[in-house]
Amino acid sequence: MKRAALAALLGVALAFPLVFTLPFPRHVMIMIFLYGSLAVAWNILAGYCGQISLGHAVFFGLGAYTSTLLVARAGWSPWLGMLAGAVVAVLVSQAVGFPVFRLRGHYFAIATIAVGEIVQTVFINWDWAGGARGVFVPIKRPDSFVNFQFNESKAVYYYVALGLLLLALAVTRRVERSRVGYYFRAIREDQDAAASLGVHVAREKQRAMAISAGLTALGGTFFAQYLLFIDPETVFPLSLSILICLISVLGGVGTLWGPVIGAAVLVPLSEYTRVWLGGTGKALDLVIYGALIVGVAVAQPAGLVGLARRLHSVR
Amino acid sequence: MSLIEVEGVTKRFGGVVANRDVSFAVAPGELVGVIGPNGAGKSTLFDLITGFQRPDAGRVRLDGEDVTRLRPDEVARRGVARTFQKLKPFAEMTVLENVMVGAFARTADVVAARTTAREALASVGLAERAEAHARGLSTGQRKRLELARALATKPRLLLLDEVTGGVDQATIPGLVRLVRDLHARGLALLVIEHNMRVIMELAQRVVALQMGEVIADGPPAEIVRNPRVIDAYLGAAWRP
Repeated sequence: MKRAALAALLGVALAFPLVFTLPFPRHVMIMIFLYGSLAVAWNILAGYCGQISLGHAVFFGLGAYTSTLLVARAGWSPWLGMLAGAVVAVLVSQAVGFPVFRLRGHYFAIATIAVGEIVQTVFINWDWAGGARGVFVPIKRPDSFVNFQFNESKAVYYYVALGLLLLALAVTRRVERSRVGYYFRAIREDQDAAASLGVHVAREKQRAMAISAGLTALGGTFFAQYLLFIDPETVFPLSLSILICLISVLGGVGTLWGPVIGAAVLVPLSEYTRVWLGGTGKALDLVIYGALIVGVAVAQPAGLVGLARRLHSVR
Repeated sequence: MSLIEVEGVTKRFGGVVANRDVSFAVAPGELVGVIGPNGAGKSTLFDLITGFQRPDAGRVRLDGEDVTRLRPDEVARRGVARTFQKLKPFAEMTVLENVMVGAFARTADVVAARTTAREALASVGLAERAEAHARGLSTGQRKRLELARALATKPRLLLLDEVTGGVDQATIPGLVRLVRDLHARGLALLVIEHNMRVIMELAQRVVALQMGEVIADGPPAEIVRNPRVIDAYLGAAWRP
């Protein structure tokens, strides 16, 4: 039954671009998939392992910058750049994790904000990487899969973004059902108790960080190839780190589908308020987010997934 | 040969000496009690043995191997399990999942870990609560859960920090029986306990601590008559 529902959902997702041929609905779906994949990736570290990062834009930006610089300066294929971006993000995550994981709880979250600000500042002042002006991805015509550019139709971007989301979900599923998943949750619940049962806490946190950072970087490369222009303001902002967190919190942290549901609610809200209100309504989506988060915190701290479960068990 | 040897261990926190030159040993299969007034350094001693704290001086050996500088998880994987005085259940995980975390110390396989966990739960009489969330358990059940979790790591030595502390009188006999069963199965135990009747009934040997120092080490019958122990608990005025 559940399997059939998932298959139906996947069928709808696959058929969507065939029915909706205009760019805007496709764009909204692409953003749901992209932000969904980022939130799913974040959830592995924060939701399962309990390490609340507010610096995940670092890994997103590293993914975007690594691939874009390799494409623009060295003529690499963006697909290889995507892999390289994931590798860079994983390496940086391990270097950052080593000192930052010594902090617990709020102090960890604060340190990740600091790391995010540092990395953004570095890129703003790094001339070779485009500095504050950013970098363009050289336009390639005609569209080709090798060049990861599809300027004539959003359909291919749509399927690539869906692929990213499915990959992030598959990785989460795998984690959930293996020893590491149990270890992550044990660390979230009580790291001393976990250690007393043979869990190498520091190593498991680094593992969660690596998985999360690598998946996040893939989304960064996708974003760069989708917009064909990046700058530090767009790919490294604290607001992105917070948005990723909000999406997961709204949907339900520590659950497989929570972040996807959060993205499916918040992304259209943001995209449509932007369209309806134009530039003047720039911050209104954030006001609505804020209200939603307060509502979730008060009414159902387990997020929309928790709400759905409660309704289900009542029935 | 001793299973665990504590040799001249000293631990200071600022000006406070929590353990001073503490030495004792536990033989394989032995059940040793640790007693002492509040603040005598019992829990610190457990932390030093299990790697949660590092002593300023002295050594801890497990089967002859120096484990003094090992991390808690390394000590656990070498066969020393513990419970905590302040219980630490994984609240948002089920009882079974809690115990599986312990079982994963010996296997990476989820099915095997689940089997081990079910056995451990059965051995502490908590099998029927396997699917419940740990946060829903009573204090007595949480104590059993911590025991099951520790047992699932397949330890050679189990350190119990106040098995009967904080549970009602009716629950104590069951817990005591449980500890005795574990001992009967050949497990070595080091047990911190405030309830003197319980410790006298269970322990083959008792180590008494006061102000971080060992003031007595011997069979329970001797310990209750030891003048220094009586002084430590009641004050010299009450010496018979």
